[in-house]
Amino acid sequence: MATRQQAATSDVAADMTDRAFLQQQADSPRRERGTRVRRRRVRAAWLFLAPMLVVLAAVAGWPLVRTFWFSMTDASLSSLEGGQFIGLENYLVYDNGWYGIMADPMWWQSVWNTLYFTLVSVSLEAVLGVIVALVLNAHFRGRTLVRAAMLIPWAIPTVVSAKIWAWMLNDQFGIINHMLLGLGLIDAPLSWTADASLSMWAVIIVDVWKATPFVALLVLAALQMLPSDCYEAAKVDGIHPVRVFFRVTLPLIMPALLVAIIFRALDALRVFDVIYVLTSNAASTMTMSIYARQQLVEFQDVGYGSAASTLLFMIIALITVVYLYIGRRQLGGGS
Amino acid sequence: MAGVKLERVNKRFGSTRVIDDVSMAIGDGEFVVFVGPSGCGKSTLLRLIAGLESITNGDLLIDEQRVNNLTPQERGIGMVFQSYALYPHMSVYQNIAFGLKLAKTDKQTVDERVRQTARILQLDGLLERLPKALSGGQRQRVAIGRAMAREPKILLFDEPLSNLDAALRVQTRNEIAGLHKRLGSTMIYVTHDQVEAMTLADRIVVLNAGHVEQIGTPQELYERPASRFVAGFIGSPRMNFIHVEARTGNDRGCRINVPGVGERDLPQQLPADAVGERLELGVRPEHLHLTPAAQGEGVEVVNVEYLGSEAYLYLQMADGELLVCRTEAPSRFERGERVTLDFDADKVHLFDGEGRALPVADAARRSDRHSEQAPT
Repeated sequence: MATRQQAATSDVAADMTDRAFLQQQADSPRRERGTRVRRRRVRAAWLFLAPMLVVLAAVAGWPLVRTFWFSMTDASLSSLEGGQFIGLENYLVYDNGWYGIMADPMWWQSVWNTLYFTLVSVSLEAVLGVIVALVLNAHFRGRTLVRAAMLIPWAIPTVVSAKIWAWMLNDQFGIINHMLLGLGLIDAPLSWTADASLSMWAVIIVDVWKATPFVALLVLAALQMLPSDCYEAAKVDGIHPVRVFFRVTLPLIMPALLVAIIFRALDALRVFDVIYVLTSNAASTMTMSIYARQQLVEFQDVGYGSAASTLLFMIIALITVVYLYIGRRQLGGGS
Repeated sequence: MAGVKLERVNKRFGSTRVIDDVSMAIGDGEFVVFVGPSGCGKSTLLRLIAGLESITNGDLLIDEQRVNNLTPQERGIGMVFQSYALYPHMSVYQNIAFGLKLAKTDKQTVDERVRQTARILQLDGLLERLPKALSGGQRQRVAIGRAMAREPKILLFDEPLSNLDAALRVQTRNEIAGLHKRLGSTMIYVTHDQVEAMTLADRIVVLNAGHVEQIGTPQELYERPASRFVAGFIGSPRMNFIHVEARTGNDRGCRINVPGVGERDLPQQLPADAVGERLELGVRPEHLHLTPAAQGEGVEVVNVEYLGSEAYLYLQMADGELLVCRTEAPSRFERGERVTLDFDADKVHLFDGEGRALPVADAARRSDRHSEQAPT
């Protein structure tokens, strides 16, 4: 019944948008038939959408609501259902001084770490991904082999590759230190993952190594869709290849690049595995996800951890909305 | 403005010879059309001139200067591509201005040049549109505008009309002809459509399998084709070919036996030792004459195509060949009728076993048959 009502409502909306068109078509029998057909279509659309909506509600909606509920209780891991409703106290409360997540400097540290990690790693991945894609788009012998090889970092599970990198970056036995010492670039081994000033960069390097192929793959697909004759036209006009790249290639692959960047940014904002494997709970690389997990699992504080998760969700949602808004404005600006 | 000269130009892709020893001279301000079936190398030849492909050996001269190793821009070339090749994210204005800005021309000159080009091509109101918001004909005009805005010495067209519908093709064809008259620049135009070639060209270059079959004005090619290939390619409907046998021959003329017609005297010179060889007679559809024949005689009219201003009659020869005859409309004959064939002896062509046209025993006509020099 509800579906039918919704169908009817959206039918009315569709009618409104089509009114200008329909007014031109004076004969009413045609219009009546059009409405009936549209109503049937809307009903069919809801029918096809229903399974997905049910699944989404079960696997995304319900956990989200539950987490949100927990974030307003003092539930602990040992007594999930025993939590009392405490309102927004997990977020912020005044009790002879400010308490709650919003007052925890460690939380803000992890927010800052996450944003810094996201900005730097995604920027590097975008630039390197475009360069790799341009190379792979060129014609050279063994291109197929190189294309396949390029995907390996992306194909390895993050935990595995992070562990490999952890050994390579090991301060005593790691091959990176060995090579840098051999080349004479450093005089003493660096403790990549333990040194607070280096660990963020170590984490970024590993993430860039892993995710650049993903960006390259999407950009490569876009590059292969580009009209080749435009490049010949540019060649005839004698336009410098660098200018052609910035004025022709880059604008044309921009939609694909923006999609790649948003995928990567969403991944990076909730980054957990690579950092947890490399540096565990270290403060200098603690991200929002690691903070939430620490509260929830190690400190057994489900309410507080859920509040952190909820904030993480909201921050990501906010950034996504802003990004999409700006992206659409920029893309739409052209037409 | 500049003349173009090709001297024994060759192009190989690997071991495939795509362009085979092509030589020609294109005069300053001339409109030359390369025509031929697909795969004959006409587009490759154009790309060699443009500088988009490198010449394997031979020389390309523009303004008497060897340009083999110069970039397209240094050659002073503008090119219009078959698929328009417009930058999809740039407006019409930007598309035209993009190539101009490079030459360090100041903003005002660029703006003037763009607007002037747009005026010539009637694109004034469309300057802010994106290519996707234009019709095929408008896109084509933008592509032409982009190529001519830089005022190149030579304009190249690579099948520019093949993506347009028939009506627009005729219109754009006229516009290009008008543009040539107006700009007076050298233009080289590639097409597979012989009608386009005939209507646009000062001179036509007929290419076949990478070599030049014949170079000449449209009239020369139509009236005095050098080979069976050219004869069959130029003209629509196509020239009829009938297998004939030579009875006598000398340097004043010959006598042939045409199946279904009988023996005829022709002005073509035929060496005496070629008598008895199988030759091919070429007759244009408008040079076939039909007279009603009695039942059981002559050939059968198997189809009549009525086109309003004229009609095409299809005739089934004894050996199964189909001949086409152009007559006034409505036709005097109907499907199933039998007719007797004849032709104007001084308007037919005779081709030897290798497809070469036999020379006509007339000093005046023979001398300009292979005219490959630019009319100066």
